[in-house]
Amino acid sequence: MKKEKIKDLIEDPNIGMTLIVKTVARITIALILLYGFYIIIYGHLTPGGGFAGGVILAIAYTLMMLAFSRHIALVKLSDFWASMWDNIGMLAFIVIGFVGLGFGYFLFNFLSKGKPFSLVSAGIIPLLNLSIGIKVGAALYAIFIGLSIYGRLVLEEEE
Amino acid sequence: MGNIAMPLTVAIPMLFAVLILITGKFWRGVGSYLGPLAVFIPLYLSFFLLGVKDTTYIMGGWIPPIGIVMVLDGLSKLMLIIINGIAFFSIIYAISYMSKYTAQFKFYALFLLMVAGMNGVVLSGDLFNLFVFLEIASLASYALVGFGVESEELEAGFKYLILGSVASIVILFAVAIVYNITGTVNMADVANTIGNPMLNKAVIFALGLFIFGFSLKAGLVPFHAWLPDAHPSAPAPVSAMLSGVLIKALGIYALIRVTFSVMGAPTEILSIIMWLGVVSALVGVLLALGQYDLKRLLAYHSISQMGYVALGIGLGTPEGIAAGLFHMFNHATFKSLLFLDAGSFEQSTGTRDLRQMGGLMKKLPITSIGTIAGSVSISGLPPFNGFWSKILIIAAALASTQYLAAAIATFVAFGTLASFVKVMRFSIIGPLPKIYQNLKESPFSMTFSLLALSIICLISGLFYIFLMDSLFYPATNAILKQSAYISMVLGIGG
Repeated sequence: MKKEKIKDLIEDPNIGMTLIVKTVARITIALILLYGFYIIIYGHLTPGGGFAGGVILAIAYTLMMLAFSRHIALVKLSDFWASMWDNIGMLAFIVIGFVGLGFGYFLFNFLSKGKPFSLVSAGIIPLLNLSIGIKVGAALYAIFIGLSIYGRLVLEEEE
Repeated sequence: MGNIAMPLTVAIPMLFAVLILITGKFWRGVGSYLGPLAVFIPLYLSFFLLGVKDTTYIMGGWIPPIGIVMVLDGLSKLMLIIINGIAFFSIIYAISYMSKYTAQFKFYALFLLMVAGMNGVVLSGDLFNLFVFLEIASLASYALVGFGVESEELEAGFKYLILGSVASIVILFAVAIVYNITGTVNMADVANTIGNPMLNKAVIFALGLFIFGFSLKAGLVPFHAWLPDAHPSAPAPVSAMLSGVLIKALGIYALIRVTFSVMGAPTEILSIIMWLGVVSALVGVLLALGQYDLKRLLAYHSISQMGYVALGIGLGTPEGIAAGLFHMFNHATFKSLLFLDAGSFEQSTGTRDLRQMGGLMKKLPITSIGTIAGSVSISGLPPFNGFWSKILIIAAALASTQYLAAAIATFVAFGTLASFVKVMRFSIIGPLPKIYQNLKESPFSMTFSLLALSIICLISGLFYIFLMDSLFYPATNAILKQSAYISMVLGIGG
């Protein structure tokens, strides 16, 4: 039932932007997310990395919010889970640092370095990139939620 | 290779901050249990590090100057004690004080991030990491200033955010210039390669930017505009942290580190710092005299007292620097005590206006004792700690033949005394207004912090010679011996 309701909301011409924008956004959001993860996962090999990829992830959700209205975006990723992923990303980074402590130094690169220039290489660096990417993506999305929802809540109360 | 306690002083508050944020979503009161624990561990570690030989810690096993390094010397040890000590008393105080706020777990998380950032600033061995930790502490403090989300608090927080960001960007720009010239950001390596900083115009420009940025963070005149708004608006434990520790760790400490350890203390720069200090001391106290808002008055006194510290440091002599550091320690204790007192008054009476208080000695005895101890210390009456540090600063100024600076410092001491006589006259002496007949003393966690800080004010005054030998002279040596710093970090010759 809930799925039907979301579908109605997506197709409702009175919510969000025009059909053209919605159609284009529907195609591009998945591509943007994919590109964000590509930038994060290849962060140790190519330019970019956790922060840049995280920003791209946040852009995908922001586009969803702009094109389909905030209800749809909040159904896909609620403010609770945005904040949660934000914290989980940071926790993962610190925990990796503490694990390194067991091998002698804080943030020690304790995994096998692998073959240079292959995807699975550089030890903990891809993991750190992934945790930063999740944190940055969730945090920027949460900031955008903060800018869009909480302002409106105040206005609605005044009315 | 180094001591494992060094990264832990940064990592543990950060880890607990995240844990509080995650568990706080399900159990809002978690902060008041985990928060004090998360500050107690770094406090214990900093007392442990006090007994450790000066050393460096290599992050992730990468050798400096390529890798990131943490440096522990006398100055860092002193700063760690100040930061974590004041943070511990503030967070104990906050258990009762913050219980009226709805999102208190966010307060504890931000507080711990601020502590982690400041511990990072004082341990960092390279300029860029100093900037990063400085930003962590600053960003947490911007949010904490606006924590009450009333219009006045948000305005103060926004003003602080804008001015603080300007300072941060200027500092980053200066780091970039230094990196361009030397090709490194490791402080010891920069010091090793930069030679005489006054011969290179770009370095002089970078030094000017550093002084601008760090003076703004320290609240020195003429960069003080944010401070009298930001410090009163924050909740009392945060005011105590901002005034007691933040302006020292981000402002004065960073200024000392860059001027002395990196740039080798050029005399021209030192005299700029000294006169910034003299002007701050004078302007701060003159602005404070007319205030009736208790916390705003205290904030202006922070500017004035930081002026004393900058004056002592700027003299550049061992006596002056030791006295400046001693005053920094004393200011941390008595100013955080006074801000916590002000918070206790505010919570009981509902006002910060001195004219609406009076006779509170009968109803709030422990808070009043704290106010007396703090006022007497900041005014410089023996045997409390403020007396010794002020007289040592004035004596050091006279010994370096800076007679005008010494005269102004003496005048400022009288202005401070006058101002705090006013505070005591309006708040704790005199007739008790009728509406305050049913006041009760604050809860235990608040009075515990007030009493403990009062006792520290008294004890550090009585045993100041012991403190000078164990804390401040080692820190002074660390500041003045640039070559020892370089050889310790880079492992040359040492």
